[in-house]
Amino acid sequence: MDIKQSRSDGILVLKLIGDLDGRTAPEVQSRILEVLPSDERVLLDLSGLGVLTSAGLRTMLLVYRQAQSRNSTVGLVGLSEELHGVLAATGFLAFFVVSDSVDDALAELAEVPVERTGAR
Amino acid sequence: MTDVIRADLDWVDSFPTQQVAGYDVRPGRTMPFGATMVTGGGINFSIYSSAASAVTLVLFKAGEPEPVAELPIPDEFRIGSVWSMTVFNLDYENIEYGYRVFGPATEDFRDRFDHTQILADPYARAFSGRNEWGQEPDRSNIYPYRSRLTFEDFDWEGDQPLRIPSVDLVIYELHVRGFTKDPSSQVAQPGTYAGLIEKIPYLKELGVNCVELMPVFEFDEFENSRINDETGERLYNFWGYSTVGFFAPKAGFAATGKFGMQRDEFKNLVKEFHKAGIEVVLDVVFNHTAEGNEFGPTIHFRGLDNRTYYMLTPEGFYYNFSGTGNTLNCNSPIVREYVLSCLRFWASEYHVDGFRFDLAAILGRGPDGAPLENPPLLESMAFDPVLTDCLLIAEAWDAGGLYQVGSFPNYRRWSEWNGKYRDTVRRWIKGDEGVVGDLATRLVGSPDLYWARGACSSINFITCHDGFNLADMVSYNDKHNEANGEHNNDGANDNNSWNCGAEGPTDDPEIQRTRIRQMKNAMVLLLTSQGVPMILAGDEVARTQQGNNNAYCHDSELTWFDWNLVEENREMLRFVSNMIGFRHAHPSLREGHHPHGGDPVGCGYPDVSWHGSRAWQPDWSEQSRVIAMMRNGHNITGDDNHVYVASNTHWEEHRLELPGLPDGMRWHLFADTAAAAPADVAVPGQEPLLDDQHGITVGARSSVVLVGRPMAA
Repeated sequence: MDIKQSRSDGILVLKLIGDLDGRTAPEVQSRILEVLPSDERVLLDLSGLGVLTSAGLRTMLLVYRQAQSRNSTVGLVGLSEELHGVLAATGFLAFFVVSDSVDDALAELAEVPVERTGAR
Repeated sequence: MTDVIRADLDWVDSFPTQQVAGYDVRPGRTMPFGATMVTGGGINFSIYSSAASAVTLVLFKAGEPEPVAELPIPDEFRIGSVWSMTVFNLDYENIEYGYRVFGPATEDFRDRFDHTQILADPYARAFSGRNEWGQEPDRSNIYPYRSRLTFEDFDWEGDQPLRIPSVDLVIYELHVRGFTKDPSSQVAQPGTYAGLIEKIPYLKELGVNCVELMPVFEFDEFENSRINDETGERLYNFWGYSTVGFFAPKAGFAATGKFGMQRDEFKNLVKEFHKAGIEVVLDVVFNHTAEGNEFGPTIHFRGLDNRTYYMLTPEGFYYNFSGTGNTLNCNSPIVREYVLSCLRFWASEYHVDGFRFDLAAILGRGPDGAPLENPPLLESMAFDPVLTDCLLIAEAWDAGGLYQVGSFPNYRRWSEWNGKYRDTVRRWIKGDEGVVGDLATRLVGSPDLYWARGACSSINFITCHDGFNLADMVSYNDKHNEANGEHNNDGANDNNSWNCGAEGPTDDPEIQRTRIRQMKNAMVLLLTSQGVPMILAGDEVARTQQGNNNAYCHDSELTWFDWNLVEENREMLRFVSNMIGFRHAHPSLREGHHPHGGDPVGCGYPDVSWHGSRAWQPDWSEQSRVIAMMRNGHNITGDDNHVYVASNTHWEEHRLELPGLPDGMRWHLFADTAAAAPADVAVPGQEPLLDDQHGITVGARSSVVLVGRPMAA
């Protein structure tokens, strides 16, 4: 698993390359949490993902939880049709800002107010 | 911020003490039973058996035919009769596990230990093996239903069970797959928990506030699967009244089952129902298991502790009070604890609002099958602290002849599917004589059965998954179960149905009109009766099952909800929806106590009174086919409320004199099943004034509902 980090219009973009499963999930999680800043929007680019298992999905949920507690918003881009279906069926889709392309995602995330309440 | 102890780093239990079969292990924790993740790492496996001599943990790499490892649990890890072991460094997502259980060979058949078989964990929270509905299983699999490790964390977003007062409930019984599998459902993922979420707006609009889901515990749709010789059609165990995994939601009902995400998907379903104000009740089957009789498969209990889990004859064979081969030994202390922990799990982990217990009379039988005076299992459930807010609904009979409707051991806590309500109302609707007195008793909440418990102990229903649905009840005199492949020998024969003049489909418009009217008559009675009404999915749109009264084995259009009916039978849907709305609008129809002719609210009228051709003079004779009930009490705002329900099952119309209302009040017409739509039913609260305040003509085989309201200013 390789995580490429970049910044675009003040938004942190993390591109995950490789498999996200029970083996790699802990590492990915700690890497993301390390860079997850306060009051910021984060975009996860999943277009480079190979296998994504339930442990991988769980990592995404934990990232969402952490982001929420720091008033951050998580965007997703590059979802396969299958992953989109899984996220929709489990209700997880509603936790993220989901976009079709990185540009769309950056635009949509830019519209999310930075100061969010509701940290839980 | 002060440093806190990091349990994962500073926990003594985080370290193995020894190796077994090359795996790092340490003595496990006895409780909880099952496989759980341990703080600090590792998976704790714990399993018990009263008579086993040794237990081996068997590990598979997910989907592989042969085990990757077999770890005998060291005897020094055993406490009491519980074997437990914590295993480290497992790839928890890709592991399937089971057990080999060794035990003494005995002369009778009370114990059936067989270490050549790999047993599933009875506490497993997920199973693999039937991940996608209908996918042909590999019959050579040495371990067909495989226990999986699970995460139980979930973002409930503050969700809680709804705790809707029982008096306000309108239950809707549905089959998860059947509800959206038909392409006409137009949901993204048909036949799944996720698909069901897309139909919540429909249920909301219909007005029901509780869904009762037919079995969702892991079962095998291929159990007894066969090809019907005559039709060539594949038959399944569609209904699922045969549990494999009591702690696991059926993976094949989940769009995400192949990813092992069925738990999340089901939790999301419950969460979404709750957001819509709809409770979720599970139909649970604790009377028997999928292991069948002596010739059935060994899945878990049989090889683990046969004599504990099953009711056995003195020779060691299976008692069969369930009609399916075996009977769970529910009142053994061990099984009692098992059932309780299972229910607590579903109530707390999945936020479900209650349970309906299949063949619940079995849950009151002792180990020898004799009905108990004070069954410990039923008592424990009634007083369990975790289950306090859960509905406990008994199907108060079994296949061994025990019929306990009205006499089920209840601790003033249990309610019952009121089978007598169904039988009486059906007989009345078809026009039987000698029913009027019993009908009156059923309409006011069956005080003969539930006086001490209250009216909400009566779950009133006219149809359910067993037997004819509503459209077939008015279209068939006899069952037509040929498609089940048993030469029409299966299914009940006492249907109390009437085909209105032709058996099955007909072009005769007169018969068609009579059928619609009869269905509406049924809904009028059901939704104005004291007690908790239950509607069978599809009845609100007159769904037919072509006369099949036992369609348990069909995964086809026969059992699927045809959503085109929502348009085609809009008239019926509107009628039912407005009837439900009317019930919600009139608390006097759904009070917790039984009305008895007194005037508890001081409105000047008895809480219930009966009327016939002359007001205040009901005809209770054998031949009577006309009865009118007036209910009086308070409405939602506390003002006086008067409802008049007249039912005529005679083939001629009858003129009924109306009871007078207080000064300033007038009768308004809510429903008249003899009238052509849209005059058949009004929008609740917008009922038109009745022209003639002194009497009303109730058409042949028709019903009328009136409401007393102040004259328009």
